[in-house]
Amino acid sequence: MTEEVKPPKREKIPRQKMPEQEPKVRARNFQEVPFGLSPELAQKEAERCIQCKDPRCKQGCPVEIDVPRFIKEIKEGDFEAAIRTLWEMNALPAICGRVCPQEIQCEGLCVIGKKEEPVAIGNLERFAADYQRLHGRDILPPKADPTGKKVAVVGAGPAGLTVAGDLILKGHEVTVFEALHAPGGVLLYGIPEFRLPKEIVAHECHYLERLGVKILVNQVVGRTDTVDELFEQGFDAVFLAVGAGLPVFLNVPGENLIGIYSANEYLTRANLMKAYAFPEYDTPLVKGKNVATFGAGNVSMDSARTALRMGADHSYIIYRRSEAEMPARAAEIHHAHEEGVEFMLLSAPTRFLGDEEGRVKAVECLRMELGEPDASGRRRPVPLEGSEFIVDIDLAVISIGAGANPLLTKTTPGLALNKWGYIIADPKTGKTMKPKVWAGGDIVTGSATVILAMGAGRLSANSIHDFLTMGW
Amino acid sequence: MFEIVERQEMAQGTVVSNWVKAPKIAKKAKPGQFVILRANEKGERIPLTMADTDPAKGLINIIYQVVGKSTALFKTLKVGDGYLDVIGPLGQPTHLDKVGKVVCVGGGTGVAVVHPITRGLKQVGNQVFAVIGARNKDLLILEDQMRAASHELMVCTDDGSYGHHGFVTDMLKKVLTEHQDIALAVCIGPVPMMKFCCKMTKEFGVKTLVSLNPIMVDGTGMCGCCRVTVGGKRKFACVDGPEFDGHETDFEELTARLKGYLDLEKVSYDEFKAAHGSGKCSCCS
Ligand SMILES: Cc1cc2nc3c(=O)[nH]c(=O)nc-3n(C[C@H](O)[C@H](O)[C@H](O)COP(=O)(O)OP(=O)(O)OC[C@H]3O[C@@H](n4cnc5c(N)ncnc54)[C@H](O)[C@@H]3O)c2cc1C
Ligand SMILES: Cc1cc2nc3c(=O)[nH]c(=O)nc-3n(C[C@H](O)[C@H](O)[C@H](O)COP(=O)(O)OP(=O)(O)OC[C@H]3O[C@@H](n4cnc5c(N)ncnc54)[C@H](O)[C@@H]3O)c2cc1C
Ligand code: SF4
Ligand code: SF4
Ligand code: FES
Repeated sequence: MTEEVKPPKREKIPRQKMPEQEPKVRARNFQEVPFGLSPELAQKEAERCIQCKDPRCKQGCPVEIDVPRFIKEIKEGDFEAAIRTLWEMNALPAICGRVCPQEIQCEGLCVIGKKEEPVAIGNLERFAADYQRLHGRDILPPKADPTGKKVAVVGAGPAGLTVAGDLILKGHEVTVFEALHAPGGVLLYGIPEFRLPKEIVAHECHYLERLGVKILVNQVVGRTDTVDELFEQGFDAVFLAVGAGLPVFLNVPGENLIGIYSANEYLTRANLMKAYAFPEYDTPLVKGKNVATFGAGNVSMDSARTALRMGADHSYIIYRRSEAEMPARAAEIHHAHEEGVEFMLLSAPTRFLGDEEGRVKAVECLRMELGEPDASGRRRPVPLEGSEFIVDIDLAVISIGAGANPLLTKTTPGLALNKWGYIIADPKTGKTMKPKVWAGGDIVTGSATVILAMGAGRLSANSIHDFLTMGW
Repeated sequence: MFEIVERQEMAQGTVVSNWVKAPKIAKKAKPGQFVILRANEKGERIPLTMADTDPAKGLINIIYQVVGKSTALFKTLKVGDGYLDVIGPLGQPTHLDKVGKVVCVGGGTGVAVVHPITRGLKQVGNQVFAVIGARNKDLLILEDQMRAASHELMVCTDDGSYGHHGFVTDMLKKVLTEHQDIALAVCIGPVPMMKFCCKMTKEFGVKTLVSLNPIMVDGTGMCGCCRVTVGGKRKFACVDGPEFDGHETDFEELTARLKGYLDLEKVSYDEFKAAHGSGKCSCCS
């Protein structure tokens, strides 16, 4: 793994590989895939950064982390300084280091990346956060004096948690209302253990609680309380961060057969309810031998890789475009390939076939070819007539996107929604059309990324703070 | 924790009633709505209708039949114990409108679900006929409450050990025949019962509400597990329902989907029973 001694010309140090579980082994367990960098490897990797004066990496990061500074601090072995630098801009570095699509953000712009592999910014960020969690001193950032103002945050995903963390430090009282029985949002119920250990999510939420944030679970706002009732209870501002929690189906015949799941259901059972440990945990999950996942985003890779870990012989990704158009993070696609996920590209499902008991037994697909680019700029798949073929499956996961869940928005008069049902909010401040209500994250943008949700949270937190302290 | 303050066994211990402390939910809940409960950290999220509420005391009443591991686990909870999680009120409340004459039919544990609706329909000024049924006299629940909640109650048992000897559909037919001006039927119970009731009310052209009980996970429209087909369209029972037009409901699909986990549920229940039989159970200590 480590390199033998080389001349200290720093650009020549190759990108340090993060040690990880063997693909064959890890494809059958739920433990995290990479082990993380050791301090030695991290410091070596940090040496690769040439400390640009006008760092491009920082421009690529949606929350503008001072990347060269934290990397320099790692290089010098001052890991506590590194975590402080990260915390200035990012409350959840252990998570972002793991799940950001670095190749199109910070690392995508790193100058080293022009000639060789870019500096492993994500891995270093993860290292600093893990080191702090496991070995660091118990440090809490300073809190401003109490302002006496109360803020309600609806939804405990990355957007809501960011707002909670920012506003508690600014001296406001913050209560988070979460619909599920535990906080974390998609970080908890969607992204699997093998990619983001739940212990880390719990640790981050616990950190907020230690700062004084109240997290109330089992609170479905819109049912348990409405937004207007929160104001009646004395909250001065409300931030809505309920995510894009609506499953999208294919709308092909046979989709309600047993063994066909939305990705939300499949992953929620596996992650939140720990169905992989059934019957120790009570929630069951169908274990497929031949599993088809439709779609090719992060959610799809997570589903297909979960299916392998649940014991599948074959786990297929069925996608109507080609590998070049797959929206998932590069690392996830790479890991999926390594673990034996089989890709059936340029194929689209037309119907599901079931047995007498109503269980899915096969899916019929059509072959596609790529035509002209569509509105998204990706080449549009066109079906090849008469190319139907059948794939035998006993489990299917539909993972072609998510929509705006109407539960909260329908029960909150005064919000303006766009035609897809997402909340309209000012992109600079997060202000909605309803007085004293802000919104951010997936419920505004549609499914995006953890760091974008956090970035939106940061802007809203600043705007809420201005409103609470200055009245605008 | 959501504490159990009162507990009662019914129908020879096959059905259990709990009054649970949940003040916020009790204040909000309306007839037709449900909660999701989890007993402990490893537990499943189980949907149960609120059979009654006491907003003043901050209590909700759930009445459940013991059918598998989770409900068997619930049964082990005593007064003073509690549920780790109770989430609600979920689902759409019943529209309690004054329409004239209505008939409410409950079968098995469905009586617990139909009871608050029956009472509500009477309170808004309808003339309410009620029909309840069970396999035999010992399994019958809430007879007195249903009598009070309606103007006229008919009781049926499959084996004739009490009341009318036969199915609830017999009495439903009688009411529909004698009162041609029934404006609404509400039929809640096992899926086959609801299916047959709907077949009959359709013949009489009487609009019918049923309460569907698909398997659920989150209860907020996030997972799609509870999807049912109504009028050819996909609906999520937890947010669009659980009540739907019975004449439009695809009962065959619901029946099939309810069997999705039979083999796994058996593994889980058998293990639970074995652990309890041997006294080695740690799940409820
Ligand atoms: C399987 C999967 C994998 C992903 N992988 C990646 C990745 O690798 N990298 C990346 O950057 N992004 C990834 N994403 C996307 C990313 O997770 C989301 O963009 C991000 O979590 C959005 O954050 P949010 O705070 O807006 O909403 P969410 O994370 O969705 O959180 C919303 C929270 O609000 C709660 N809520 C909803 N309704 C209510 C209500 N009425 N009352 C109270 N609470 C409510 C929900 O239960 C939830 O906890 C992935 C998404 C999924 C589903
Ligand atoms: C909106 C709603 C309201 C309900 N109200 C009541 C009620 O008031 N009283 C009552 O006795 N029952 C009610 N049920 C049904 C109750 O939820 C199930 O009986 C219970 O979940 C069974 O769990 P188990 O682990 O004990 O049994 P399992 O072993 O899991 O299952 C036994 C049977 O119950 C069905 N079932 C399993 N899990 C669920 C689930 N999550 N949701 C629905 N059905 C399931 C299965 O199809 C199976 O046939 C309701 C269901 C719904 C959806
Ligand atoms: S938060 Fe994400 S984009 Fe920003 S530096 Fe860290 S890994 Fe890169
Ligand atoms: S662009 Fe790359 S080399 Fe330059 S400061 Fe950023 S990480 Fe370092
Ligand atoms: S239970 Fe998940 S959508 Fe209804």
